Amino acid sequence: MAAVTPLLSTRGLSRSFGGLRAVDEVDFDLPAGEIRAIIGPNGAGKTTFVGLICGRLAPSAGRVVFDGRDITGMPAHRRVRAGIAYTFQITSVFARLSAFDNVALSVQRRLLDAGAGRPGRARLEAGVDRALARVGLAGHAATLAGNLSYGHQRLLEVAMGLALEPRLLILDEPTQGLSDGEIAAFIALVREIAEDATVLLIEHNMHVVMELAGRITVMESGRILAEGEPAAIRADPAVQQAYLGG
Amino acid sequence: MRTDGLARIVALHLGLVLLLLALNWLLPEYHRGVFSRILVLAVFAMGYNVMFGYTGLLSLGHAMFFAAGLYGAGLTVYHLGWPAPAGFAAGLAAGLALALAVGVLALRTTGVAFMIVTLMFAQVIYLLTLYFTTYTRGEEGLVLAPEDRFIALPGAVLDPTDPSTRYLLALALFAAALAATVAIVRAPFGRTLVAIRENEERMRMLGYDVFANKLAAVAVSGVLCAAAGAAYALLFGYVGAGFASIQYSILPLLWVLLGGAATTLGPIVGTLAMFYVVDVTSGYTSAYLLVVGLALILLILYFPRGLVGTLRERWLPWLP
Ligand SMILES: Nc1ncnc2c1ncn2[C@@H]1O[C@H](COP(=O)(O)OP(=O)(O)OP(=O)(O)O)[C@@H](O)[C@H]1O
Ligand SMILES: [Mg+2]
Repeated sequence: MAAVTPLLSTRGLSRSFGGLRAVDEVDFDLPAGEIRAIIGPNGAGKTTFVGLICGRLAPSAGRVVFDGRDITGMPAHRRVRAGIAYTFQITSVFARLSAFDNVALSVQRRLLDAGAGRPGRARLEAGVDRALARVGLAGHAATLAGNLSYGHQRLLEVAMGLALEPRLLILDEPTQGLSDGEIAAFIALVREIAEDATVLLIEHNMHVVMELAGRITVMESGRILAEGEPAAIRADPAVQQAYLGG
Repeated sequence: MRTDGLARIVALHLGLVLLLLALNWLLPEYHRGVFSRILVLAVFAMGYNVMFGYTGLLSLGHAMFFAAGLYGAGLTVYHLGWPAPAGFAAGLAAGLALALAVGVLALRTTGVAFMIVTLMFAQVIYLLTLYFTTYTRGEEGLVLAPEDRFIALPGAVLDPTDPSTRYLLALALFAAALAATVAIVRAPFGRTLVAIRENEERMRMLGYDVFANKLAAVAVSGVLCAAAGAAYALLFGYVGAGFASIQYSILPLLWVLLGGAATTLGPIVGTLAMFYVVDVTSGYTSAYLLVVGLALILLILYFPRGLVGTLRERWLPWLP
């Protein structure tokens, strides 16, 4: 698996906040087609790390390479167009727009980038309906995003990400606040997304991680503590010590 | 929204323009003159609304864009003897150039800093109009000769000093600006602006170039305001530094707040309402500005979305 050129790599990637090294010289490779989970205790630097990948944050040092291209200096919006989509840990939807309009912004972006001129209403609606249906929000298209339940806002966030049809979808704690039933549906959804995209999943829910992840990367204090198949990670004493609670 | 409602939106806006057209023959002379002025100033308010209402950029310096159009047209016609249409084009070009220059610099800031930077730029433009008094005659201003304002068309000459012609020209500009706003608001570009207003960071992470879209909004806004300024110079024949003063930066904000920010009809409604409130109250008391101030405060307290905004919120959600 490690032999093929990875879709995403980082080398020496670092980010400090004042004296705090939130991400500390991380070398990371993610092959195309994989579902990778990043786990680690609160404050380990997971969100900061993916923020450096998707361009929300600028690194203090190091490089990010996506699909063979160095994107370290590329602005965030261009990385998104290059195929990196990010869903926020802290729900960030357009509260005063309907769920439909929220997802329409993603679909509109994709249609504009496809160079088809002004996106036609029919194709826009088809794209939005499909994305909403995939996350199970088909019946909520007209609801204002701010009036959706917290769990539904998380799903809307995911719908906005996948409507971009990204090559790499980064999900930052997507199941936070979802019910058990919604989590089961979510696991099925991510499996389906992974058929044509690479998924990088930050997740605290170990059940979700074990169900989905091909490999797991464990972060602690800004560094990668361990990396491997779920069974190996579960058995790793250092990981148990740091994260799984022994 | 999914419900398209294009037909009734077009019907409403077209209906308004036709009503205004009929008023050319129905209004008494004094009010027709007032309406001519209001239609031009409403275009100024519409330009302001693109930035403030739809994009969420609160500028305190929009007098500079009105002034760019006013002087762009006024100076070329007065000093260079350009025909009126060329002067109008010069006004638009001046507005566009100024908007791009100010936008590139001011958009590096947000919030209060943005307000202050736009205020300062407008102050610079105002002081420039005074500094070049030799050409602008400062506060006293320039009066354009009637024959310099004629618009020569194949087979006809339009004379803006004729009240009916002036009203119809003002209405033509207003209708064009209204059509442009409706088109923008309903286009992907307009939806992008509103979403940037609502959540800029999310838009960036959906792949939108936030800076470029905001700059485009400033450009559209600047050109609309300049169109109003240029038309004002040519229709009313007066070009003075007063139009570049801070008062003319605050007025479009008040008109838009009163009529309803981020509504296509708010600017005309607000401009009209404000003008007649001032007109009526000043007939009763010399302290009319106090009355106007109080009215505005009450309005913002009880109808923060303005007149058309409240209509949309309560009864007509389909209004663009
Ligand atoms: N903008 C910031 N300014 C200062 N410190 C920050 C900033 N963002 C993150 N940090 C700090 O960097 C460290 C890593 O934070 P990060 O959010 O990446 O952790 P995380 O692994 O995502 O945690 P969680 O599981 O709680 O989401 C934390 O100590 C955090 O306080
Ligand atoms: Mg986090």
